[in-house]
Amino acid sequence: MVAAASKCRVCRGPAIIDLPRHNAHFCAEHFLDLVRRQVMKAIDKFDMLAKTDRVLVAVSGGKDSLAVWDLLIDLGYQADGLYVGLGIGDYSDTSAEYARRFASERGLKLVEISLRGEYGYDVPTAAKATKRVPCSACGISKRHLFDKAALDGGYNVLVTGHNLDDEAAVLFGNTLRWDVEYLARQLPVLPARNGFPKKVKPLIRLTEREMAAWCIVRGIDYIVDECPMAAGNKHLAYKAALNEIETESPGSKAAFYLNFLENMSPVLAAATVAGTSASGSEALHACSSCGAPTTGDICAFCNIVNKASAIEPVPVELVMSHSKGRR
Amino acid sequence: MKVLLRNPAREIELAGRRNVNALLAELALPRESHLVIRNGTLVPGDAELAADDVIEIRPVISGGS
Repeated sequence: MVAAASKCRVCRGPAIIDLPRHNAHFCAEHFLDLVRRQVMKAIDKFDMLAKTDRVLVAVSGGKDSLAVWDLLIDLGYQADGLYVGLGIGDYSDTSAEYARRFASERGLKLVEISLRGEYGYDVPTAAKATKRVPCSACGISKRHLFDKAALDGGYNVLVTGHNLDDEAAVLFGNTLRWDVEYLARQLPVLPARNGFPKKVKPLIRLTEREMAAWCIVRGIDYIVDECPMAAGNKHLAYKAALNEIETESPGSKAAFYLNFLENMSPVLAAATVAGTSASGSEALHACSSCGAPTTGDICAFCNIVNKASAIEPVPVELVMSHSKGRR
Repeated sequence: MKVLLRNPAREIELAGRRNVNALLAELALPRESHLVIRNGTLVPGDAELAADDVIEIRPVISGGS
């Protein structure tokens, strides 16, 4: 074996990772310290969590959600996990195994919900029944069930594993459309209100590459395979575009998103308060079917349940072949 | 060296030595969206890879929103 030439910025020991945006290399120990500091900084700056909070972490079996759960436990928070079985064929079966193994090996509590078992549908069938792209049907289902599980379980805060790349890609898409309403709502903390739990994103200062590295160094097994229904979605294209910019100009993703939070979010919030922009919180009332907050008669989730549970299950492959290129 | 690639999973053999950055460039894989694991351990971009190393190139980008 040939030793790495680069040295850790902190201890001068052999480096395991280079982080161009920090213009530095790190050994395993000091890389983990860096990640912990970035999470603590996000939590403190945006008042995300208290050590006394009962926290529910939405886990998918992927790197980001398992990493954020691991980090919160490592930092001394009380956090249970929530896994939603989406019924995306073998992909969901395998991702569930990773989530269960992570929890059982660490003695953590994992709450499980099955779309097919408890609501009579799965994501491929929902996409077909509602004529939505799979990621849309999936997102609506997950958000509703995350909120419900947090409220029903008496949790103070719902945590998701959205990282810097996720947030920068969403910001990129919202900016391309100048979607002021979405831009105004793109915040790392959404306070509890009107039947919604408090939601926080502690990984906003960390990239996907850094979260994957956290999992590898910490020995966390996660599902590496991509969701078969995500192929070709716009979110992935935005991430690829931003990574090209990042390669040429390290630190661009962090500057784009974190400076948006610092410089633009207050402007958008002030404009919303002044009534010059829609706030998105208008006229919420209880869904006539499930009681969740909604602007219509029934919520988007119940609409999916009604349509998707009424038809025969649709194979993953059928929806994949129909969804490519129209997200 | 033996190189394991993902999504889809496949394996290729490459002759000779090169460093991590050169390997990624040769395979046209962006540095920002991949990690390189040599014999089970993460390695940085300037790490020299030997002909008998077993390398995994792991993509780190997830879809969804």
